[in-house]
Amino acid sequence: MRKKQPTGEQVAPVSGDATGAAAVASTEVLTGPARSLRADAIRRLKKNKLAVAGLVWIIIVILVAITADLWAPYWLGDPVAIDSTTAAERMLLSPSVDHPFGTDKLGRDVASRVVYGARVSLLVGVVAVAIAVAIGLLMGALAAYYGGIWDAIIMRTADVFFAFPYILFAIVLIALLGPGLQNVFIAIGVLGWPSIARVFRSSILSVKENEYVDAARAMGSSTRRILLRHIMPNAVAPIIVYATMSIGGAILTEAALSFLGMGVQPPDPSWGNMLDDARSFMLTAPWLMIYPGIAILTTVLAFVLLGDGLRDALDVKMKE
Amino acid sequence: MPWGTLHRVSHGNILLDCDYSGRLMIKYIARRILQMIPVFIGVTIILFVLRSPGVVGGDPIRMITGERAISETLYNQLVERYGLDEPFYVQYATYLNDLVHGDLGQSYNKSRPVAEILWDKFPNTLRLALAAILIEMVFGIIAGIISAVKRYSFWDVLVTFSTSVLVSLPVFWLGMLLQILFGLKFKEWGLPYLPISGMSSERFPDIVHLIMPAITLASVSTAYAARIMRSQLLEVMGQDYMRTAAAKGLSHGMVIWNHGMKNAMIPVVTYFGLDFAAMMGGTVLTETVFNWPGIGYEIFLAIGQRDWPIVMGATIIIVFIVMAMNLIVDISYAFLDPRIRYGRQVA
Repeated sequence: MRKKQPTGEQVAPVSGDATGAAAVASTEVLTGPARSLRADAIRRLKKNKLAVAGLVWIIIVILVAITADLWAPYWLGDPVAIDSTTAAERMLLSPSVDHPFGTDKLGRDVASRVVYGARVSLLVGVVAVAIAVAIGLLMGALAAYYGGIWDAIIMRTADVFFAFPYILFAIVLIALLGPGLQNVFIAIGVLGWPSIARVFRSSILSVKENEYVDAARAMGSSTRRILLRHIMPNAVAPIIVYATMSIGGAILTEAALSFLGMGVQPPDPSWGNMLDDARSFMLTAPWLMIYPGIAILTTVLAFVLLGDGLRDALDVKMKE
Repeated sequence: MPWGTLHRVSHGNILLDCDYSGRLMIKYIARRILQMIPVFIGVTIILFVLRSPGVVGGDPIRMITGERAISETLYNQLVERYGLDEPFYVQYATYLNDLVHGDLGQSYNKSRPVAEILWDKFPNTLRLALAAILIEMVFGIIAGIISAVKRYSFWDVLVTFSTSVLVSLPVFWLGMLLQILFGLKFKEWGLPYLPISGMSSERFPDIVHLIMPAITLASVSTAYAARIMRSQLLEVMGQDYMRTAAAKGLSHGMVIWNHGMKNAMIPVVTYFGLDFAAMMGGTVLTETVFNWPGIGYEIFLAIGQRDWPIVMGATIIIVFIVMAMNLIVDISYAFLDPRIRYGRQVA
């Protein structure tokens, strides 16, 4: 009999297909009453207060970002346009009822800019990580399932990417591609795939060892069907955890690039370029740097805490 | 399994043991160096392609001249001077040859060799990174030990939560907060304050200039170090030999210190080695916030001035340092843990 690798059992099946049910049946003996592993994971996630707080904060930020057009310009003020007639008397006002986070050097409302900055950050987080995950899943799956020369080429390429310090490579790429949001997506996406590919590859390799994969092959399932129906659903848990944490990382990277003047360009607001602006007014107008910084910190922290919670709930073993 | 013991017990004869593992060790080092070659080639190809015409930056001559209008004669002269009329593989071979000879090209703006400029800046970055590693070791290890030994206590929760906050904190924002509080506000309040920029001044000793940049650079790494220390120590504390040591009547402190720490420290030390190399690349943000005249700040300035030889030269130097550090860490790891040189996986 083939020896089972321990991680194969720790990866919780996320889909409720027949193989998932079989895995549930085998763990039932250990965990007691019958319930699906997905329900089990959700129950465990709910018990983690920090992860729930993170999730709630993420939902709030998403809602704020989506609905911004409906209220922010009217209630707070336009985030971009400069009213030249009143700019002089409205610039660098400290926080007040009219301007809860104060105003910037051009008389624009900081709160409104922070709200619109959330759009940029979430967009970068989701799009860039989606690019990284798409490439990473494809590469990881090719490397793990076909092995041999494919595995060697893909994993050595990943090694090459790992040799570059992440933030430095991102900076150099943007320097060459030119600044702008689109290039930030590309840079983070291109730099992110090797980690995803590595995680997915090892997770497939451990799932591949399970008997139900042998059984499916014996029953004559095609390679594609085995990959999509049997391996993918069971190998995906580490990817969910990793992608959640990566969104936080992508938001930080975008902020850093915009801070260096290489990401979102003025006058469009991003949390990073607001901090860049704030550097000149650190003593006279500290609110300029306090609120965008808190926005970055809390949003990234929310993704990190949710990622930690998911890791524990899905029982994924990860290297720190 | 404590490292070392397995090895000696399984062979008995120490002399035979040394000889055998010595040969294994050389084989292991040779294998690791061979594995580095494709990575080295890959890295140089990526950097070469990135600085080549039409790939991302468009016209390389335009990258040099910027928006300035130049005559066709000058344009052609520049093409010839930088060898851009040669075929692709010839250019790559020239690039590789220059690299091996330590020639990183000439800076566009400073009319000095890039290698010379970087050599000037390197000690400053090294000093910053060493100070940061020191902070990271002290605070990371202490926090990790407290957290593991007093598991589930208030201190454990505090350390765990603080590490999550630290990894979520934009380093440049932390730097700015420190500058406001300890630089500007403390000065305003008449308290002893810290310099917020540069590496030396008449007013402050050099070491004082180092404090805030080093803390900023160390912040994220300290959090990771604490997490690794905690998880390693917790894992070691669950091992049989720890229970045996306790059963023999050793005090709790002695068990942790003598038996636990030695085994838990290996991955932590490994992490410091790798992180030291990573810091070299991570200094761009910290050095920019504090105007620290190191390699990172030089890269930032060079990007603004479109001085690509400096950007590319600094990048490849940093990648070399990272690769060399990886190798050193792996080799020392193999010395410490015989399972590595036997080619077995260590969980």
